[in-house]
Amino acid sequence: MATNLPPSTIDRRDLLAHLIPDPDECLLVAGLAGSAKDSAAWTQEADNLITLGGAMGGAVAMALGIALSAPDKKVAVITGDGELLMNAGVLATVASAAPQNLNIICLDNGQHGETGGQPGHTSRRTDLALMAEGAGIASAMTVSSPDEFPDAQAFLADGIAPKFLCVRVMPGPPTDYKRNWDLAAGRLRFKAANVINVEQ
Amino acid sequence: MTGTVNRENFSRRIFERLADAGVTLFSYVPDFGNDELVKIAEADNRTTAVLLSSEQEGVALCAGADLVGARGVLLMQSSGVGNCPNMLSLVRGGRFPMLMIVTMRGDYGEQNPWQYPMGQAVEPVLEAMGIQCIRVERDDELDQATDSAISSAFAAGQGVALILSQKFLGAKAF
Repeated sequence: MATNLPPSTIDRRDLLAHLIPDPDECLLVAGLAGSAKDSAAWTQEADNLITLGGAMGGAVAMALGIALSAPDKKVAVITGDGELLMNAGVLATVASAAPQNLNIICLDNGQHGETGGQPGHTSRRTDLALMAEGAGIASAMTVSSPDEFPDAQAFLADGIAPKFLCVRVMPGPPTDYKRNWDLAAGRLRFKAANVINVEQ
Repeated sequence: MTGTVNRENFSRRIFERLADAGVTLFSYVPDFGNDELVKIAEADNRTTAVLLSSEQEGVALCAGADLVGARGVLLMQSSGVGNCPNMLSLVRGGRFPMLMIVTMRGDYGEQNPWQYPMGQAVEPVLEAMGIQCIRVERDDELDQATDSAISSAFAAGQGVALILSQKFLGAKAF
């Protein structure tokens, strides 16, 4: 979390349901580690969610591929500050492609939670929403307190797309949830529920 | 350039095969060798060209397209293969189809020494991640090689790279 911002008071484990009240209406991608755990627990691994357990840096691009291929569907990607910074150039890729149906939600805990909580760049000087704006993402917002949940929800529902929401969360564990690690099974499950063109 | 390959001709032949196979997303990092193919994809109303920042994004992007029943291709110069290996975990781990088209440098007649290390590592790196390599050296191999790569990716669900060699493309003169 950038040092010029106030400390966060948001617990990540009690977050996603406040941001997206109707997850059934979206196609969801969750990046590795805490993002995947929180998302899997939130939806109980619903058929509209694909979770990654590796391929760090890939979640936003995967969501972009979905968004461009299914323009009539709402798409949201849950990622973390570490994953996003591993391939921050994807923000420019999203800005150029300008999908009108993509929300990027970054859970920014300022640390590499999965590997022991080592400090990340956003605990020092880096501001991800400013980076998203600089990349050309149409609208970007940062929230740090549960008081801002209604504004964040409205931003995701009504802001100019594509949107980037940085949710600064307190350091601390993600939701305790044992998800399915089998990506091939996850792919088949997701496709069975969400393939638009049945002939492929 | 040395060599006599007609880029517009071969790019059109690849494009028509990909479009006929239902490929709609042409993700790319620009290269002289894929420049015409990208222009054709941008101009055709069946297809969308997606400019990437890093080649690895295209691996995840094509996987995303597959998740909703669409098809993508990833175009890059050989140096970009070095940016992809970890993301190619998606192909082996998720059994995603993956079609890459790699335009070679550091290969045959290359004059830039910086291109050799990655150029010479392209096929070992791809094969280490389980990606089949189909290499094109002559114009009369291109059509069948393209069809083979399409079958491998979208009929058989494999990861495959169509490698357009510098023997085929010609080497850039410095």
